[in-house]
Amino acid sequence: MPEAETTELRVMPPRLPSWLSRAVAPLPLAPLQPALALMLARIGRAHPELYDRLGEHAEKRFGIDPTDLPFAFVLEPRPARPLARAVRTLPGGLDASIHGPLAGLIGMAEGTLDGDALFFSRVLRVEGDVAASLALRNAIDDARIDFGKLLLGSFGPLGARLADAVRERMRALPVAGGSSWN
Amino acid sequence: MQLTLGPVLYHWQPERWRDFYFRIADEAPVDTVVVGEAVCSKRTPFKQDHIPAVVERLEAAGKRVLHASLILVSLPRERRQTRELMQAAEAEVEINDLTCLASLGERAFSVGPFVNVYNEAAAGFLAGRGASRICLPPELPLPAVTSIAAALPRVTIEVFAFGRLPLAISARCYHARAHKLSKDNCRFVCEQDPDGMPVATLDGAGFLSINGVQTLSHGCASLLGDIPALREAGVAALRLSPQDCDMVAVAGLFREVADGRLDAEEAECRLGAIYPDVPLANGFLHAVPGHQHVRKSV
Amino acid sequence: MELICPAGTPASLEAAVEAGADAVYCGFRDETNARNFPGLNFSREELKKGIAFAHRHGVKVLVAINTFARAGSFGLWQAAIDAAAAAGADALILADLATLDYAARRHPAQRLHVSVQAGAANPDAIRFYAESFGARRVVLPRVLNVMEIASIARESACETEVFVFGGLCVMEEGRCSLSSYATGQSPNMNGVCSPASHVAYAERDGRITSTLGGFTINSFGKGEPAGYPTLCKGRFASPKSSGYLFEEPVSLDAAVMLPALREAGVTALKIEGRQRGRAYIAGVVRSFRGILAALDEGRQVQTPGLAAMAEGQASTVGAYRKGWR
Repeated sequence: MPEAETTELRVMPPRLPSWLSRAVAPLPLAPLQPALALMLARIGRAHPELYDRLGEHAEKRFGIDPTDLPFAFVLEPRPARPLARAVRTLPGGLDASIHGPLAGLIGMAEGTLDGDALFFSRVLRVEGDVAASLALRNAIDDARIDFGKLLLGSFGPLGARLADAVRERMRALPVAGGSSWN
Repeated sequence: MQLTLGPVLYHWQPERWRDFYFRIADEAPVDTVVVGEAVCSKRTPFKQDHIPAVVERLEAAGKRVLHASLILVSLPRERRQTRELMQAAEAEVEINDLTCLASLGERAFSVGPFVNVYNEAAAGFLAGRGASRICLPPELPLPAVTSIAAALPRVTIEVFAFGRLPLAISARCYHARAHKLSKDNCRFVCEQDPDGMPVATLDGAGFLSINGVQTLSHGCASLLGDIPALREAGVAALRLSPQDCDMVAVAGLFREVADGRLDAEEAECRLGAIYPDVPLANGFLHAVPGHQHVRKSV
Repeated sequence: MELICPAGTPASLEAAVEAGADAVYCGFRDETNARNFPGLNFSREELKKGIAFAHRHGVKVLVAINTFARAGSFGLWQAAIDAAAAAGADALILADLATLDYAARRHPAQRLHVSVQAGAANPDAIRFYAESFGARRVVLPRVLNVMEIASIARESACETEVFVFGGLCVMEEGRCSLSSYATGQSPNMNGVCSPASHVAYAERDGRITSTLGGFTINSFGKGEPAGYPTLCKGRFASPKSSGYLFEEPVSLDAAVMLPALREAGVTALKIEGRQRGRAYIAGVVRSFRGILAALDEGRQVQTPGLAAMAEGQASTVGAYRKGWR
């Protein structure tokens, strides 16, 4: 029998405070849509290699579900006509969806948190096409996109208030492999 | 089409092992018989005493006898055992690990299904070193078998045609582990499972079979329906791997189908009676998951 | 001892170099390497740039072309070998007789390493590779204990490299078809084990069940650390016992064995994980760099907790400690 040792360090991203989730819940999603589209277009232009990595999976429909926010995102990377939109609940018919706290999703996307470690610790959950989710994760990991800035920066779709709350929470975070958020 | 009886992979009681080969010698329509312990070096001493009589009986019956080497060689005694086998002048050997090539010298040899021969260049390398027969790894699909056989017309190409598929070898003994014993003090519990210890999934589906340090499939290979395609591909021999069933009858079925005296579908029906309750599989040859059974001809 | 670190992407290569790797190993984005996972690996151009970056920092790049060439398509593997040699790879990591033979003939000056996938588990096998192909280093299978490693290193015809962290094969590498039995795709032929394309997770009432090729591999209760459904680390049932019949979902962490491995005469330490992200690579490499520095200075070795990086959140020293078997 192997001598399994228990965890000495957990890679747990923080959850957003519930007051914040409640506070953003009634906000309309419509103003988010153009900002998301702009963000996606920027990423596509700045990181064309992302599509090489995604390969066939670029044509798939992904759901990104920050479990501590009252809304989620649908992402279709397609090089010809990329699409990202905010939704109240994820629609059916997605190829794959990734569920987890916003800070965990951002940390993984930025390469400060390890996706596998988040999965092993059950912080992150993947549904549907696992290969497509992996391809997306690997492509984004390589592209080194500053999602914090894009999403939470003063002009980002999620706005400054949310950004401050996430940053505040992440400061106290014990992150394996570099604890800096920016 | 020749038939080869592979080595008994399980730990059968020594007398039973001996009597099995006596009966094969007397009754089974096979051309070549591989003897010896390939799986676990701890089992070797049990067989050693009976090998001369078994070989004599098989050769007297006109069978060609090959001596199998160990699949995984890591301990000093395993190295010694392997070296001694390679240098035993009277034995024709079937190598199951490239370790053998270090001590084989200039002798001709056969290659067992545990050596990684995935392409014509690797097969050609071994042929250049003296390989005259090669039993290909069970996971090879038919196009690969065809390419290899075409590139090496002078080498006898064999495929794994019957028996639970050997899928993995480890330094760790899973029989001992399941019995909460250490490998060094294993009490030879693998002897309790002459056809392997079944491994099922959590929802009860048959999946694998444990044989000490070896892991085999739950499903049993049957290439009975693929014999015409194999012949077309240049395959010259079919390997039958002994299971705890009437192997003389199994060999008889393969002989009849290969000779065109029995329909493959009928033969697989009869196989189900000889070796009951085990699903048949030929997925590897058809380039689909190995556990699947593809009925259409390749 | 050299620290050999994984890179699945150019960003990971840079992270490994910056975190203190002596050498980085990587592969091309096709079935010629044994981590042929979606979204991973290097184009020819990326490899060239990666090698240039590593060399500027005094770090070597080893290119893994360590699957077994598909019969009838050997050209793909030959082209990979030629491209890696032309890009200035410091060594090629090969497993197949065919690729070793080709590389030794076509690129006689190229340094060759025998991949763990070749399963060279004793000095005689190593001598075969050294004499036949001029191999300069062998990566040892993860089935040996430290005493055996020491004896191999003493007698070995070439340098030895051992795994110290990451995914743990409990079967002998290069001779396992468990994955293709369930899914049709294997490490040897396709460069994947238990491929993601055949994985499905289903969650009900907080319990996650993972399947591979339709076979149930595991089931995790609410809050229980999860594992990827790698076949040999699943929960199964046998008449004698049930549970993790082969191995639990653990990772190898041999940090505590480093002094013994150095004593054993091992040349290089390898970290597994080309499929992992930058966060893993930076964290693990930096941590092992720290341990090696402490060893060199004769300081007490502090082994940091990397358990969070591990599958099932638990680690083992694997076969290195006697008794694992």
